[in-house]
Amino acid sequence: MDAFTAGQATAWIGTAAKAVAEDKERLTELDAAIGDGDHGANMDRGLGAAREALAALDAAGPGEVLTKTGMTLISKVGGASGPLYGSFFRTTGKNLEGAEPGLAELAAALRAGLEAVQRMGAAQPGDKTMVDALSPAVAALEQAAEKGAALAEAARDAADAAYDGAQATIPLQARKGRASYLGERSIGHEDPGAASAVLIFRSFAEATAT
Amino acid sequence: MKKFLNTPDGYLSDALAGFAAAHPDLRVDIETSVVSRAGGPVRGKVGLVSGGGSGHEPLHAGFVGDGMLDAACPGEVFTSPTPDRFLGGLEAADGGEGVVLVVKNYTGDVMNAQMAAEMAEDGGLRVRQVLVDDDVAVEDSTFTAGRRGTGATVLVEKIAGAAAVRGDDLDAVAEIGRRVNAASRSFAVALTSGTVPSAGRPGFDLPEDEIEVGVGIHGEPGRRREKLRPARELVGEMLGAILGDRPLSAGSETIVLVNGLGGTPLSELYLVFGEVAKEFGKRDLAVARSLVGDYVTSLDMAGCSITVCEAEPDLLELWDAPVNTPALRWGV
Repeated sequence: MDAFTAGQATAWIGTAAKAVAEDKERLTELDAAIGDGDHGANMDRGLGAAREALAALDAAGPGEVLTKTGMTLISKVGGASGPLYGSFFRTTGKNLEGAEPGLAELAAALRAGLEAVQRMGAAQPGDKTMVDALSPAVAALEQAAEKGAALAEAARDAADAAYDGAQATIPLQARKGRASYLGERSIGHEDPGAASAVLIFRSFAEATAT
Repeated sequence: MKKFLNTPDGYLSDALAGFAAAHPDLRVDIETSVVSRAGGPVRGKVGLVSGGGSGHEPLHAGFVGDGMLDAACPGEVFTSPTPDRFLGGLEAADGGEGVVLVVKNYTGDVMNAQMAAEMAEDGGLRVRQVLVDDDVAVEDSTFTAGRRGTGATVLVEKIAGAAAVRGDDLDAVAEIGRRVNAASRSFAVALTSGTVPSAGRPGFDLPEDEIEVGVGIHGEPGRRREKLRPARELVGEMLGAILGDRPLSAGSETIVLVNGLGGTPLSELYLVFGEVAKEFGKRDLAVARSLVGDYVTSLDMAGCSITVCEAEPDLLELWDAPVNTPALRWGV
């Protein structure tokens, strides 16, 4: 059973920062369609700051890396995505003990992170939010852990599940956040928070692929 | 995009630097993005703070001063301040009697403000939050994030600010703020989109002859798009939505704000106010106090919002109390 290390966690956030920077325009366009068009810029600013903060961190384990990431997002991003992604990483990190936790421990910590997001945003799957991508990704990791899959394979499953979940937000009507003001006019657009969650889980797969 | 800019990234800090230069009686901390009184908080008075995304100027920093806010914490353009920034505002306003934080009902603002309030209370500062949600264009239901906070924010900040000066305690100031919000309803129409500097292009596409009815202050689309119509018809519909949601009995006294969204000439706003006054006459409602101008803007968006607040005599008295801020000044 392979373990999740601080190095991989740091690579994850660095890869995510790069992926969001490269896809900033698309996130902004998705957000302009049903929100206010700042999601790309905000996530870019936040993850860029997190990558910088991690460069100066000598972490004992991946939990510390993710906690630091969450704290940085909370203090740098603002908007709704700051507290939400911030709480996701911070709570995941706080629940991830040891220098090299295994896949089951990581899945459980991410589940706690997802629950923190849902508590804060009062969002359920199907509300057309980031939860629609995060939730299937975490479930995929849990299933992979039960099967005894390798971390790299589990991470690929999670990224695929996040993508499918984000695509499934397109026909939904938003019930949370600014998109909810649109009512039926939110139908037909991919949720930008779900889209950024896909980038984050694809980065996770990339950072753990070996 | 045509704007007075040096670089899009420097937009906020350059604007704050200019605000600081223009208003030496205010302290502007560009690093932490907190605007407060140069003399520090008023000892023995309940503090009043508000914050939110930038791009709505003069809201909120333009309302810092005697009789209104003790501190404001602007966020990035159209983005709620982070908890640290809200916390900086709360601490700057603390005169020992607790602080009331005015929050516009947007998902991000509510979350960041809540985190900041908890952090402040952990540090021993008493905080009460007043949530402003006056925009009737959004149906308040479990299917939305709830009504948005818009024009009524100015009324809440002015009247709660006067209550704090009068010597009301923390809970009483918060209660006055909540009463003003409960008595207020707003509705906005956009003629054009605003342009966020970092995005470089309009937030939404609106054909030359179309308007967005029920638009939000970040350019969130509203109830629907339709062809431009004469002002009297639009005002009739806006007031219909406002008074339909909170009917007023004949003879009620009101404070009416006709607010520009940033790109509308004052003459058009007065034209709109004229239509409001006619409509009020027909309904036997009295405009006790009026305010016409750019107070809660959406960058360079052309359009306006109407806010109607039913004002009982004690609220009118607080409205009339002296105020001395960059954007609102009377009785001094």
